[in-house]
Amino acid sequence: MTAAARPIVLGPLALRRHQVSGLAYIAIAALIAVAFGAGASADSVSTFDLNARSVEIKLPLVVLPTAATAYALALACAFIGAAQLARGFGARRGLVLGLVALVTVSAFLVWAASDRSMNLVGVLGASLQRATPFTFAALSGVLCERAGVVNIAIEGMLLTGAFTAAVAGSLLGPWGGVLAAIAVGGLLGAVLAVLAIRYGVDQIIAGMVINVFATGITAFLSARVLTDVPSLNAPERFAPIALPVLSDIPVAGPILFENNVFVYALFGLIALLHVALFHTRWGLRVRAVGEHPRAADTVGINVLGTRYRNVILGGMVAGLGGAFLILGSTGRFDRDMTAGRGFIGLAAMIFGAWTPIGSFLASLVFGFADSLQARLAILNVPIPSELLLMVPYLVTILVVAGLVGRARAPAADGRPYEKE
Amino acid sequence: MTNDGRASEVDRAPEAGAGQPPEAGQPAGPGEPAGAAARSLSGRLAGLAGSLVIPILAIFSGLVIGAFVIVLSDLKVVGLWTSDPGAAFAASVRDVANAYGALFAGSLGDPGKIVAAISSGDPEQMTRALRPISESLLSATPLIFTGLSVGLGFRSGLFNIGAEGQLYVGALFAVVAGFSFAGLPPVIHIPVAIAFGFLGGALWGFVPGLLKARTGAHEVIVTIMLNYVAYRFIDLALKNAPVQREGATNPISKFVLDSAAVPFIIPGLRVTWWFVIALVAAAVISWLLFKSTKGFEFRAVGLNPHAARYAGMNIALTTVLTMVIAGGLAGLAGASVMLVPQGKLTPGFSPGYGFDAIALALLGKSRPAGIVAAAILFGVLRAGATPMQAATAIPIDLVVVVQALVIMFIAAPALVRGIYRLRLPKGAQAEVFSKGWGS
Amino acid sequence: MKLELRGITKRFPGVLANEKISLTVEPGEIHALLGENGAGKTTLMNVLYGLYHPDEGEILVDERPVHFQGPGDAIAAGIGMVHQNFMLVGVFTVTENVMLGAESVRGPVGLLDLPDARRRIVEVSERHGLRVDPDARIEDLPVGVRQRVEIIKALYRRSEVLILDEPTAVLTPQESDELFEIMRSLAASGASIIFITHKLDEVMAIADRITVLRRGRVVGTTRPAETDQEQLATMMVGRDVELVVSKPPARPGEPVLEVRGLVVRDDRDQVAVNGVDLVVRAGEIVAVAGVQGNGQTELVEAITGLRPIEAGEIRIGGRAVRPDPRQIFLAGVGHIPEDRSDNGLVAGFTVAENLVLNTYFLEPYSHGLRLDRERIVADALEAVRAFDIRTPSIFNDVANLSGGNQQKVIVAREFRRPIRALVAAQPTRGLDVGSIEYIHKRIVAKRDEGLAVLIVSTELDEVLALGDRIAVMYQGRIVGILEPAEATLERLGLLMGGAHPEDRTAEEIAALAGTITGGGAAAGGGAAAGGGAGGAP
Repeated sequence: MTAAARPIVLGPLALRRHQVSGLAYIAIAALIAVAFGAGASADSVSTFDLNARSVEIKLPLVVLPTAATAYALALACAFIGAAQLARGFGARRGLVLGLVALVTVSAFLVWAASDRSMNLVGVLGASLQRATPFTFAALSGVLCERAGVVNIAIEGMLLTGAFTAAVAGSLLGPWGGVLAAIAVGGLLGAVLAVLAIRYGVDQIIAGMVINVFATGITAFLSARVLTDVPSLNAPERFAPIALPVLSDIPVAGPILFENNVFVYALFGLIALLHVALFHTRWGLRVRAVGEHPRAADTVGINVLGTRYRNVILGGMVAGLGGAFLILGSTGRFDRDMTAGRGFIGLAAMIFGAWTPIGSFLASLVFGFADSLQARLAILNVPIPSELLLMVPYLVTILVVAGLVGRARAPAADGRPYEKE
Repeated sequence: MTNDGRASEVDRAPEAGAGQPPEAGQPAGPGEPAGAAARSLSGRLAGLAGSLVIPILAIFSGLVIGAFVIVLSDLKVVGLWTSDPGAAFAASVRDVANAYGALFAGSLGDPGKIVAAISSGDPEQMTRALRPISESLLSATPLIFTGLSVGLGFRSGLFNIGAEGQLYVGALFAVVAGFSFAGLPPVIHIPVAIAFGFLGGALWGFVPGLLKARTGAHEVIVTIMLNYVAYRFIDLALKNAPVQREGATNPISKFVLDSAAVPFIIPGLRVTWWFVIALVAAAVISWLLFKSTKGFEFRAVGLNPHAARYAGMNIALTTVLTMVIAGGLAGLAGASVMLVPQGKLTPGFSPGYGFDAIALALLGKSRPAGIVAAAILFGVLRAGATPMQAATAIPIDLVVVVQALVIMFIAAPALVRGIYRLRLPKGAQAEVFSKGWGS
Repeated sequence: MKLELRGITKRFPGVLANEKISLTVEPGEIHALLGENGAGKTTLMNVLYGLYHPDEGEILVDERPVHFQGPGDAIAAGIGMVHQNFMLVGVFTVTENVMLGAESVRGPVGLLDLPDARRRIVEVSERHGLRVDPDARIEDLPVGVRQRVEIIKALYRRSEVLILDEPTAVLTPQESDELFEIMRSLAASGASIIFITHKLDEVMAIADRITVLRRGRVVGTTRPAETDQEQLATMMVGRDVELVVSKPPARPGEPVLEVRGLVVRDDRDQVAVNGVDLVVRAGEIVAVAGVQGNGQTELVEAITGLRPIEAGEIRIGGRAVRPDPRQIFLAGVGHIPEDRSDNGLVAGFTVAENLVLNTYFLEPYSHGLRLDRERIVADALEAVRAFDIRTPSIFNDVANLSGGNQQKVIVAREFRRPIRALVAAQPTRGLDVGSIEYIHKRIVAKRDEGLAVLIVSTELDEVLALGDRIAVMYQGRIVGILEPAEATLERLGLLMGGAHPEDRTAEEIAALAGTITGGGAAAGGGAAAGGGAGGAP
C-alpha cells in the first residue's frame, strides 16, 4: 500500500566516507615511500630472524632489500587506497583498515631493521607477554560493563593485586600469592559495587576513588613496610611451561605454547567468558541487565544482584592480572608500577567491542606497540625512546575517538538502576 | 526499549504528579505569590552550615581511618597487641598523636609562637613562626588552579582527569618563556610568561575537548592517555638542548630569569604573589560561571545538553571552550610552580596536583569559593606531610590515602549519613555526573 | 483462573495512588480498567504484577491469597503483563527477548537451547495468530510487531491473566482491530484480559465489564450494555465534561511558516520525512495528526533546527532559514518541545533561569557577556503571575514543579517573546485536565492575535479540538489535509492507517467505520469521541 515515492534528492555533494579513507590510504602510501623507502640507503638490507632458540626446526633468515621492500609495500598500500577510493569495501571496511595498518607497520619494521637483524619471534612473543595484563584488565572491564557498571578502578585493582601477590607470594609461595591477589581484587570490586550500586556514587568517581586509594596505600605500605622488610617483596615466580609438541611448531610454537601458567589461564578465561556471555543463560541475563535493566527486572531477574556479582568477578580478574605482573613477570613490587595498563585495558575493551575475543585481539595490538618500542630502543633506532613510549597511549586515543571504527556500549552502561 | 525508542515519563515517578488538580499541584498554598524576596541572609547561612556538615564529617572520617592505617602499619606495635595490649594501645595513640601532631605543626605552626612573633615585631622571628603557614599556602596555590580546572569541567558535564598533563605542558611552556626573552622588563616578561603557561595547558585541554565535541570520544580516557603522553614529552624536552640546562646530564631545565619570576610576598618566606593570582582566578571563574552568559551556557550544557541544544546553545563550542579554559587553568598551576625565583622544571615535580583537584572539586561542590577552601585544606595536609615524614618516618603517601578516603566520603554522602546517623536535609538532590561512555 | 483484588492501597511520598481498590476478574473475561492520567491504573497493575508492594489489601488467585515479592512470583502465578513502554532489549532477537527469564537450557552449565525456544515461540504465535520472525532483532521491527512480541512473551509463560497497558497508544485503528481480534480469541480460550485504557470507544467495543478509576478510587463497575460514552466520561472525570472546546473561527492571514519538499532522515539513517509540503498562515492552527512514529517528530525537529535537512526548504515570513535552532528562534519561531523534561527545561536550573533559557544572550537579559540578574528576576516574577505558575519561589529548581506547571513555564517562555509562529509538539501530554484546558485556551487566544500555530499531536481529540485545518501524516508524507467538517474519526483513522478513503466504496467505509467506533459513530468535527481526558498517561 505504499504510495509511489517521490525521488529523494541528495543534499550538496559531500565526500562519502570511503572516498575520504581511500585518499587517506594513498597519502599513507606516499608517506611510506618517502619515509621508509627513500629514508633508507640504497643498498641496505633488512634481516628478519624467525627462529627461537628452543625450536629444533630452523627457518632460514628472511633477508630483504630495505628500500625496494618499502617501495613495494607503499605500492600495495596505494593500490588498496585506489580501490577504496573507487568502490569502497563496504562491510569489510575494518578488515581493509587492518590490512593498511599491517602494511604500514611492516614497512616501518623493514626500515627500522635496515642493516640490522631483528628477531620477529622475540617481538611477537614479547607482544603476547605485554598484552597479557592489558587483556586481564579488558576482561575485567567486559565483566563489569556488560552488566552496566563502568569500572575505571581496574588500574587500582591491578596495582593492589600486584602488591598483594608480592607480599603474599613471599609469605605463602606463588600459588598463595595468586589466591590472595584474586581475593583482594574481589574485595575492591565489592567496594566499587557497594559505592556505585548501594550508595549511588557516580561510577566514574567511585572508580577514581579506588584508584587514588590503591595508589596511596600501596605506595605507603611499600615505603613503610617493604623497604624495612625486603623479604616481603621477593616472591618466587612461575616458570614458563613449554607444552610438548605444540611448542616445537616453528614461529607460532614458542610464541603461544611456551608461556607461564598465567598466559594459559588467560586463554582459558577468554574462551570461558566468550561461551558464558553469548551462549549461556547466565550470559543472556547479564547482557539484558546491561542493556535494559528494567526489562530484565520485569521478567524476574535480580538486576542489582547481577551487577554486584559481575563487579566482584571483574575485580577478581583484575586482581589476577595484577598477580601476573609480579609472579609472571618482574618478581618485585615497585610503586605505581602499573603505569596506565588498566586504562589501556579499558581502551582495548572498547576497541574490542566489549567482547572477550575482541578485547584480546585489541590487547595484542597494544602489546605489539609496546614491545616494538622496547625493541627499537635496544636497536638504537634513530627515534627518541620517549616518542616510542608515547605510541601505545596515542593509539589508545585514536581508538577511543572512533577513528578506527565505533562499537556500541551496552545501552545501560554507567546508569544506576533504581527500583521503585 | 520503548514503543518509539524514546524515554518516556512513565518510567519515572508515578502518575500521581500529573493527575493532581491545579490547586493541590504544588507544596505552596493556592494563593501564595511566588517568593518575591530573595532568600534571606539567615536562610543562606543556614544553608551554608547545612552543606558544610558532610564535608567536615568526611574530612574527620578520613583522618580517623588514616589513624588506623598508621597504627596497623607499625609492625612493632602490631606485634605488641598480643603480648601487652595496654602498652600497644598507648604506643598506638602515641604514633597517631606524633604523626598528626607533626603534620599540623609543620603546616600551620604553633599559634603561641605566631602571636609572640607578631607582637615582638622582630622580622626574623615572624618569618620563622609564619613559615609553616607560608608552606601551606604555597602548596595550596597550584591546587586552587587545578581545582578550578576540574570544577569548571564538572559544571559543564566534563570529567577533566587530564589536569595533571595540562599542568605539565603549561609548566614547560612557562619555563621556556621564562628563560627566553632576556632583556624584557618584569612588567612585560611576567604576563607574557604567564600567558604562555596558560597557552600550554589550554592546548592540552583543547585536544580532548575537540575530540569529545567532534567524535564523542569520552574525555576520561583521552585525558588520562594525554597525561602519560605529557610525562614523556616533558622527559624528552628536558633531555635536549633548547630546554635542558647547559652542562647538566640529568633532565633539568634552565633557570627562569629573574625578570620572569613572580616575587615572594614576604622575603624569607616561600609563598609568592601567585597565591593572590590564584584567588583572583577563582573570583574570575566565579563571575564567569554565575554572572556571565557563557557561564550560563556551561551550566546548562552540564545539566541537560538536550535542552541546551533546544535553546540554541552550541554544545560542541561549549565543550571545546570549557576544556580550553580548564586546560589553561591547569597550565597556570604549572606556571605557578615555575615562574618563581630560581624556578626550574624537573620531571615529576608535581605530587599529583591534577588528581587532588578531583577531590577538591567534589569537596568544594564545584563552586570556586568552596574549591579555594578545600585547596587550602589540602595544601595544609601536603605541607605537613614532609615534616611528618621527617619527624616520624611515616611516608607522605599517607596523605594520599586520607585524601582518597575524603573523596569517597564526599562522593557518597549517604555513607557518611549512615555512619553518623544523620537525616536527609530537605530538598536534597543527588548530583548526577556522567552516563557511561555514550554521552 | 479467577483473580480478585481486595482493598488495595498504595502510597507514594505525598500521594495516595490507590485507595482501597477492589475488583474481580472472571476467567475468560475482558475487563477494562478505565481512567484518565493519574487515576492510578498503572500503579494498580504494577501492584498486581509484583513490581510494587501494596501497603494494604490483598490479592487472591482462585480464592487463595498470594504474596508477590517480585514479577517472578506473579509470572509463576500465571499473570503476564504487556507494558505500555515495551520491555524489550533492542539488540536481542525476538527469541532471546521472549525466553529471557524463562530460558530453555541444555546441560549443567545452562547452555542456551535456542532451537527449542524457537520451536515453542512458533507454536504460541501460530496458535493465536501472532505472526513474528523469531530471529529478527527487536530494534529492526516496527512498533506493532514489537507489541506482538510482548504478548508472545506473556503467553510463552502460560499466562492465564494478561494485563495490557494502553496497548493501542501506538497502533493505527486497523492495527487496533487486529489486536481486539486476538484479545477475543484469547478470552475464548479461557484467558482473562485486563485492558487498561482511557479511550471510551475502545472500552465500549471490546470490554465485557468496565471498572472506572478516578483519583485512586473505584468509581464504579458496569457493562457496555448498561452505559454509554457520556456516562463513562462523567464517571472518569467527575464532572460534566465539555467534550467540545468552543473556539471562534479562524481568520487566516499571510503565510508565515512554509515547508516545501522537505526530506529528513531519522537517527537510523532511514527517511522519516519524505517530501512534505505545508503552509501555516498567521491566525490559524494547523494540527498534524498521526500515529507516533510516522515522521512527525523528525518534521518538528527539522522545522525547529534540531535536525539537518536532506532536501527541501523552510521559510519563515517568506525568508529561507538555516537549520540552526538559534537562527530559527531569532526568526520568531517558538517551540514547545515534545519531551519537556528532556528537551524543554534544564532540571537543576531555577524557574527564573529556565524562563530565559533561550533568551539569556539577548538584551535586556544580558549586556555583552554580563547577565542582568535583576532584569531576569523581575521578568520571571511577571511571567509567573501572568501564567499562574504554582511554585513557592522563582528560585526553586524547576524539577520540583508538577508537570502542568513545568509546561506552563515553557509556554510562558515562548509566549512572552515576540513570535510569529509556534510549533507545539504534544503540548498537553501527561497533563491533567485543568492544565490541558488552560494551555488550549492560551493557544487559541494567541492564534486570534495573529500567531501561526503548528500543532503536532497523537491525541485525536486535541487535534479535532484545536485544528482549523487538520493534516494527517503517514510514513513521512502528508496524506491528507482536511477541513474540520470533513475530519470525521473514520476518515482520520483511515488516513492515519495509510488507506485512501476515496479508493473504497461507501459500504467498505461504513463497515470499517463500524468496527472502529463500535456503533457509537461520532460525526462532524469537534466532538471528541475519543475520550474526554486527552493526553497519554
